[in-house]
Amino acid sequence: MIDQPLFHYALRLGDDSLILGQRLSEWCGHAAALEVDLSLTNIGLDLIGQATSALGYAGDLEGAGRDADGLAFHRDALDYENCLLVEQPNGDFGQTIARQFLFSNWHWLFLSALAASKDATLAAMAAKSVKEVSYHVEFANDWMVRLGDGTPESHQRLSAGLDWNWRFVEELFIGDDVDNEMVQRGIGVDKASLRAAYDARIIDVLNDANLPVPKKHRAITGGRRGHHSEHLGHLLSQMQFLQRAYPGASW
Amino acid sequence: MQREIGTIDAQEVMAVLAAVPDPEIPVISVVELGIVRGFDPLREVVIITPTYSGCPATLVIEQSIRAALDAAGLSRILVKTELAPAWSTDWITQAGRAKLLAYGIAPPPLGDGAPSLRNRLAAQCPQCGSHNTTEISRFASTPCKALWRCNACQEPFDRFKCH
Ligand SMILES: [Zn+2]
Repeated sequence: MIDQPLFHYALRLGDDSLILGQRLSEWCGHAAALEVDLSLTNIGLDLIGQATSALGYAGDLEGAGRDADGLAFHRDALDYENCLLVEQPNGDFGQTIARQFLFSNWHWLFLSALAASKDATLAAMAAKSVKEVSYHVEFANDWMVRLGDGTPESHQRLSAGLDWNWRFVEELFIGDDVDNEMVQRGIGVDKASLRAAYDARIIDVLNDANLPVPKKHRAITGGRRGHHSEHLGHLLSQMQFLQRAYPGASW
Repeated sequence: MQREIGTIDAQEVMAVLAAVPDPEIPVISVVELGIVRGFDPLREVVIITPTYSGCPATLVIEQSIRAALDAAGLSRILVKTELAPAWSTDWITQAGRAKLLAYGIAPPPLGDGAPSLRNRLAAQCPQCGSHNTTEISRFASTPCKALWRCNACQEPFDRFKCH
């Protein structure tokens, strides 16, 4: 019998990382400076590595013969359970940094808590990943301040990027039945409990970046149920093209 | 001739693995890098742990270890990957650190990626030994390295990131 809640929990962990990793890889060769290009793609690589572990575990739990690649390349948008924030388009560099800032700070808190999970596999993945994510947080926080406290142009672009992505932050802290069961079993994280620490962290950086703290927004949710924005479909069509056109292709 | 279970000792296996180079930085072995966590003589299993989750060298390392064991007549030894405890640059041996430096890569500071320690100390230039150095980019040519510049001799260099 499949442990359905645990399967979905591992799947979500993997989907968040995979989709953001794919998004960041779109920057490869396009960033304004070599150092930024290297940073965005290295962060993407960390995330795709994390996704490989989490989706591999989800595949094992499911026991239907799907491995990490099978889950990544042969699922449609409706079967993806990532949060909406990670699928948002890159926009300009300011929009990308705002998304990274909002996600990585949550990701770090979430993984730090998940490292205490009663599920040994999830705990091990989280303890490993959080070390990588601490570098992502540092990168995003540094750039928030640099752009926000930079020129009027960089400030304006970052501000617009923050506005775009802010709508999808609430979803990160809302649990559903899967979350509730995982919390009860000592496996999952009580997401609502991360909110105060999250706010404290991001307000600190926003202050340094000369940016006002955005107002609380009515939550836009649905990612965990497979209800995505149109952006995810476009992302998947590119990411999955090769395996869809030539199933099982390898080299 | 088949050897009995329990007759392959850890020293023998570690000697074989000590000759397996890291594919990215071939002067240092997978043992010196801290990837090989040990050998269990009763289960006849070598435990390895990946460095970074997305490190592209992980698969090559596993294959090199497999090939080295096979070549040494130790085909029945299994290679198993374990994520916990998470790999840390503190596991890079002293000999490994010296080899990194000689190769032109500043070794990581000790401190297991503790945020308070990270990047606070200037790296030592592997070319001229100066501590008058500046970080250019925290992300560089591979997941494990940051890019630095020496202000004394003007040469750029890689530094192994504290992790
Ligand atoms: Zn120098």
